[in-house]
Amino acid sequence: MDVGFSSLRSEAVGAMRTALVSAENLQLTLKPELSQEEQALTNSKSSIKETHKAGNEDLKEMLESNKESLKLEAMKRVVGLIAKGKNASELFPAVVKNVASKNIELKKLVYVYLVRYAEEQQDLALLSISTFQRALKDPNQFIRGSALRVLSSIRVPIIVPIMMLAIKEAAADLSPYVRKTSAHAIQKLYSLDPDQKEQLIEVIEKLLKDKSTLVAGSVVMAFEEVCPDRIDLIHKNYRKLCNLLVDVEEWGQVVIISMLTRYARTQFTSPWKEGANFDENNAKAFYDSDSEEKKDTTEDKPYIMDPDHRLLLRNTKPLLQSRNTAVVMCVAQLYWHLAPTHEVNTVTKSLVRLLRSHREVQYIVLQNIATMSIQRKGMFEPYMKSFYVRSTDATHIKTLKLEILTNLANEANISTILREFQTYVKSQDKAFAAATIQAIGRCATNITEVTDTCLSGLVLLLSNRDETVVAESVVVIKKLLQTQPTQHSEIIKHMAKLFDNITVSMARASILWLIGEYCDRVPKIAPDVLRKMAKTFTAEEDIVKLQTVNLAAKLYLTNSKQTKLLTQYILNLGKYDQSYDIRDRTRFIRQLIVPNEKSGALNKYARRILLAPKPAPLLESSFKDRDRFQLGTLSHSLNTKAAGYQELSDWPAVAPDQSVRNVEVIEPVQEWAPLVGKTKKAKSADKFYSDDEREKEEEGSESSGSKDSSSSSSSGSSSEESGSESEEESSEESEKTSSDSGKSSSGSEKSSSESESEPKKKKKTKKAPQKKSKPPAAFSDSDENGNGPVAQASSSSAESSSDSETDSEDSDSDPPATPQKKKKDVKSKPKAEVKSKVEVSLLDLVDFSPAPTNAPKSSVISSSLLSDLEGLSLSNVSSTMQVSTPSFSPVKTYELLHHMTGKGLSAKYHFPRQPCLYEPSMVAVQVILTNSSDHSLEEIHIGERSPAGLNIHCFNTIERLEPEASVTVSMGIDFSDSTQAANFQLCTKEEQFKVSIQPAVGELLMPSTMTEPDYSKEQGKLLGMNETSATVTMATANTSSQAISKQVLSVCNVGEVPSSQSNVHRFAGRTVSSGALVLVCLELKESSTALLTINTEKSVMASMLLRDLKQALVQA
Amino acid sequence: MIHSLFLINQAGDIFLEKHWKSVISRSVCDYFFEAKEKAVEPDNVPPVLQTPHHYLISIYRDKLFFLSVIQTEVPPLFVIEFLHRVADTIQDYFGECSESLIKDNVVTVYELLEEMLDNGFPLATESNVLKEMIRPPTILRSVVNTLTGGSNVGDKLPTGQLSSIPWRRAGVKYTNNEAYFDVIEAIDAIVDKSGTTVFAEIQGVIEACVRLTGMPDLTMTFMNPSLLDDVSFHPCVRFKRWESERALSFIPPDGNFTLMNYHVSSQNLVAIPVYVKQNISFFETGPCGRMDITIGPKQTMGKTVEAMMVTIHMPKAVLSANLTATQGNYTYDLANKVLVWDIGKLNPQKLPNLRGSLSLQSGAPKPEDNPSLNIDLKIQQVAISGLKVSRLDMHGEKYKPFKGVKYLTKAGNFQVRT
Repeated sequence: MDVGFSSLRSEAVGAMRTALVSAENLQLTLKPELSQEEQALTNSKSSIKETHKAGNEDLKEMLESNKESLKLEAMKRVVGLIAKGKNASELFPAVVKNVASKNIELKKLVYVYLVRYAEEQQDLALLSISTFQRALKDPNQFIRGSALRVLSSIRVPIIVPIMMLAIKEAAADLSPYVRKTSAHAIQKLYSLDPDQKEQLIEVIEKLLKDKSTLVAGSVVMAFEEVCPDRIDLIHKNYRKLCNLLVDVEEWGQVVIISMLTRYARTQFTSPWKEGANFDENNAKAFYDSDSEEKKDTTEDKPYIMDPDHRLLLRNTKPLLQSRNTAVVMCVAQLYWHLAPTHEVNTVTKSLVRLLRSHREVQYIVLQNIATMSIQRKGMFEPYMKSFYVRSTDATHIKTLKLEILTNLANEANISTILREFQTYVKSQDKAFAAATIQAIGRCATNITEVTDTCLSGLVLLLSNRDETVVAESVVVIKKLLQTQPTQHSEIIKHMAKLFDNITVSMARASILWLIGEYCDRVPKIAPDVLRKMAKTFTAEEDIVKLQTVNLAAKLYLTNSKQTKLLTQYILNLGKYDQSYDIRDRTRFIRQLIVPNEKSGALNKYARRILLAPKPAPLLESSFKDRDRFQLGTLSHSLNTKAAGYQELSDWPAVAPDQSVRNVEVIEPVQEWAPLVGKTKKAKSADKFYSDDEREKEEEGSESSGSKDSSSSSSSGSSSEESGSESEEESSEESEKTSSDSGKSSSGSEKSSSESESEPKKKKKTKKAPQKKSKPPAAFSDSDENGNGPVAQASSSSAESSSDSETDSEDSDSDPPATPQKKKKDVKSKPKAEVKSKVEVSLLDLVDFSPAPTNAPKSSVISSSLLSDLEGLSLSNVSSTMQVSTPSFSPVKTYELLHHMTGKGLSAKYHFPRQPCLYEPSMVAVQVILTNSSDHSLEEIHIGERSPAGLNIHCFNTIERLEPEASVTVSMGIDFSDSTQAANFQLCTKEEQFKVSIQPAVGELLMPSTMTEPDYSKEQGKLLGMNETSATVTMATANTSSQAISKQVLSVCNVGEVPSSQSNVHRFAGRTVSSGALVLVCLELKESSTALLTINTEKSVMASMLLRDLKQALVQA
Repeated sequence: MIHSLFLINQAGDIFLEKHWKSVISRSVCDYFFEAKEKAVEPDNVPPVLQTPHHYLISIYRDKLFFLSVIQTEVPPLFVIEFLHRVADTIQDYFGECSESLIKDNVVTVYELLEEMLDNGFPLATESNVLKEMIRPPTILRSVVNTLTGGSNVGDKLPTGQLSSIPWRRAGVKYTNNEAYFDVIEAIDAIVDKSGTTVFAEIQGVIEACVRLTGMPDLTMTFMNPSLLDDVSFHPCVRFKRWESERALSFIPPDGNFTLMNYHVSSQNLVAIPVYVKQNISFFETGPCGRMDITIGPKQTMGKTVEAMMVTIHMPKAVLSANLTATQGNYTYDLANKVLVWDIGKLNPQKLPNLRGSLSLQSGAPKPEDNPSLNIDLKIQQVAISGLKVSRLDMHGEKYKPFKGVKYLTKAGNFQVRT
């Protein structure tokens, strides 16, 4: 009450104050506002200068005032100035002071200003750096991210080291958003200081392993900018990128696909038939519509596509349905450059769809289709009508459509196309009409059947009223006639007649050339044309003059009787022409054709030189050579190599080693051996020791066990479920495992998303048989081993009758679940015996597990170890990456002993959430001991403990810990179901340090598996006093079932109970010491509120747990 | 990638500039102005230009040029798509994308641009995400802000940004939960002189307006999904569900969005709703011509054709038109030579007719080509392809939403050649 009232009052006061301020504000701002308007109105230079200055003075005052609203107003106007491109740099000192402002909008505007002017005012900009450095440590990820964004955007070389540090730190940040920002910052730093390349590549390498979809696009972008040639960095991440692709944001997709296209071209062999890459022959073959099928059948050579190649094609295909045109285009070019010939057609439809989009999109897509249609007519032929031109299209669109139609023309459709062209020729857009005539010419040369038709059509156009149309026709006819001049003297005559009416010089020149070239076919007309030309020679354009000289020379050689004088006249005119070219040409021709004493041998050959048969011009598409560029690129669009264009390499003749893309799982075994040994030994040991017993039990419960296992495996195959499952798994894993960089490569394979869970599972199943072969067949348990986790689960379920195994997580060899069963196994045996034996095996494992020995015992151990290891290695990535997706909770590692107080010895601990093997009532704790002193520490052990009765299982004394070395040991502590801290002494040879471990309440639990009916039954027993509940308003990010289980599991170590209702989430666990049931139930209500219920007889625990859970669910 | 952005109005004034890397002088736009000069019509300006040191990629929308400056190789569509996204966002924020509105809200626009790109690479382009960071201006809010000194800028990372569904903001709450879908089909057709259809196809789009509380998971199924030949989806649609069941399953963004675009398979014959009888001729003798156009219903699925409009781009030589329309009004824009005949509802009993004479510039040659007719029309309550939504289900939330589907057919690029 009290608080509410006071806050109300303060609000009222605040409102009044701000009202006053804004009133002042109004008075103050009235004037400059006006001046700005004036500025816009008058627009004369001098007045701008003046008002500008005055305005800036005013702004400075406002910025230096201590009223937030004034500052904000001023900044808004400053940004307005920047937006208009006006100089506001003199305000820098005034602005930079506000960089640490509390007002977020003001701050952002200051950022905008800083980024704009920091480069010009480097010294002053440095003043702001410390603010950003502070903000980089802010708990709010948004603030951290934007601080890095701005810091890296300040282009001041002096802060390069600071930026480098910040980038490195941010690359390991828990928030994927911050990591994404760091990927962007990499590019900025690189452009500021390319010398940092090597270090930046390291960061890129690290970020490439990130499996957050948010980061993927940005880091690949950074890769492309900084080190596009380091293809080796991609190998290990290739499959992950392919699998993540669908979930990456659309802009990232474009970048990743382009990069993968290049990658694939260097790594896979050509899927196209040998020697028949897209060359002329191939294109020819495609003239026949059925040639594609033929091709397939004739392709005898067995080509086996690399599965990774196939993976890329398969995973990009759905993106053809993207709404983002850039993505669709990018996939299209990927298929074009990578897919087997018969699969390229899949992209056609989508490309044609893009033609419905904006004008600019059409332009680019049509360009690409034009290039494609030259080589593959078949691809677009069925969609020919989509390329019909509309009168409302822009000219460049029309021209491109025309280009494509021409490319698509063949014997079958030429009549349709020509009819369509007829409409175009009449278009009001004359440039387009001219282009159509060119297109008709190309059709005529390409398809011999229609040459005559086209030619006569073109001749008809000669009588067109529009000059450009006529001129273009003449030029095209000239080209056509050259290909088959014999029977066309009529046309030449016709053109000669038209000559007087044509004024376009190119057309006139063309006619003159034609008459000259074929003067023997029009012997009467030719001299007459020359006569006319002699009259108008001086008034003609250069190009016409040149052709007149040519004509004269040719006539002189063939018909000198009639034209000698005319020729000489023209040559004389040309001799004194203003143009160098004409004078040169005239001189040359004169020497060549008119015999005199000076001209030598050349004269004799004049006829052969001038009247040599000339090859017909090829009418080709302007897109003919565009395919040298990767489709969809800027270079392709411009038809010149753009800066930074990455050449698409040719397919390698022999595929490089495929295994580079394999993500190892074996390698980490060694590094991990000590730890793994520990986590695994419970399982392996009890398996070993309890074999006989287990077997018997197995027999007894075979029926139920097998049934359960089959049902569990089938439920595990639903990908959605397993997707969420794997996430919890890994979030738990992340706590269990200490960070180890060697793991991350294998771990990165692990899926965070549904889509990836499949491959992962495949991996698992693939590996299982390998292990199977290891244990000797004689070993009675080998079958069980071979079946791996499922079998184990079933066997343990047989043991505890209340736990029926329907949970899919068991099929996935979920470590938290399985070891728990192990624990129960252990429990059922005489305690003392188990304890001692376990210890022995523990030591064995630590020493030997990496190298399986010949003894059947250890081989069994190592095989089961391996199979479990897989589960670990797959999910463990989070430990190295900290968190890679938002769905992972951070590894909660607590400080046990700081190295300052510990005189060089530091210790950290975390709860691996595994059953403790020493005693079931203990909570397992892993302690990482690190020696950060300069001398080795000896005899590290645990000394006195308090409270006196505290039951701790100590780790074995560590004889020696070298400087900089660290060792992970595990211990068990019986907390007796209370969160009271366990105090003990950590001793070295010389020193003793008091330390304490205080467990979070959630760590005192063990997951318990049960079915829904069981759950309800148990819940029914724990009502009234034993029930604690609260309504929680959850952060909306937490409302999905995945998020809920993630949050709950991050707080407490419980098992999820499969629920038939989608809005009710149930979790079950038992306290470690007393085994009391703890049931957590979360019932979702409307609008992200939920009813959280905890049923347990341990009411103190319940309330603590409730508090923790509530906290976790409320925060985003 | 994208270095700088310039907003240029039709007159060629740069009224906003934004740089994401170091500043590039606006003189780089001169190359663009040159090309613009050459192209005459703004539509004809080539979208991609090369200058000695930069590449210019521009779009033309709503009478504004969005010109971006690029320095290195980048897929041009990437930039074009992004620029359109910027224009979409501005439209979304301020209602329309115009120079005056951008100038009025220059700070908001600037803040938006700042969030949309980082170092030239798109950062946040989802409207839902942006709106959480920078709230769109409303009159109420601007009044409140001046009084309280509050700001339009959020200080939290938008929830969508981090989740696997970036398009939806968290914590959506409505008192009236409603989901409306508009199935809009456009007929693209070219009809030749004689009235035969040269080319016709149907492009459809489903526009959605979803205001639902919480995290609803919607499933939409069709009666006849086989009609859909080629589709493209909003990122929210689960592609696998579509592949396997031909159902649209999605968690919708909040507010208005385009759910899907589709193309009706070309095997189906397209019903052309109207026929046009036209006769336009220019006389050899004397500077005049005649025009006579009649429009009648053809295959209208029993519905009335509404909002009929005929637009004709006349040859340059046509000076004026003296026509009489039996229904509706016509206007002739002398400057652009565009004749617009606004007919309205099509009455099958009394067909609308427009006839009269056209006067030509004296001395000019008779136009070679007859102008083509662009037809606009609307038919309510029917999707011309016959597509029907069979049901819409919601999971994940308990309340009962109000659902509605509306169908509309209109003319897309419907051209009659004469």
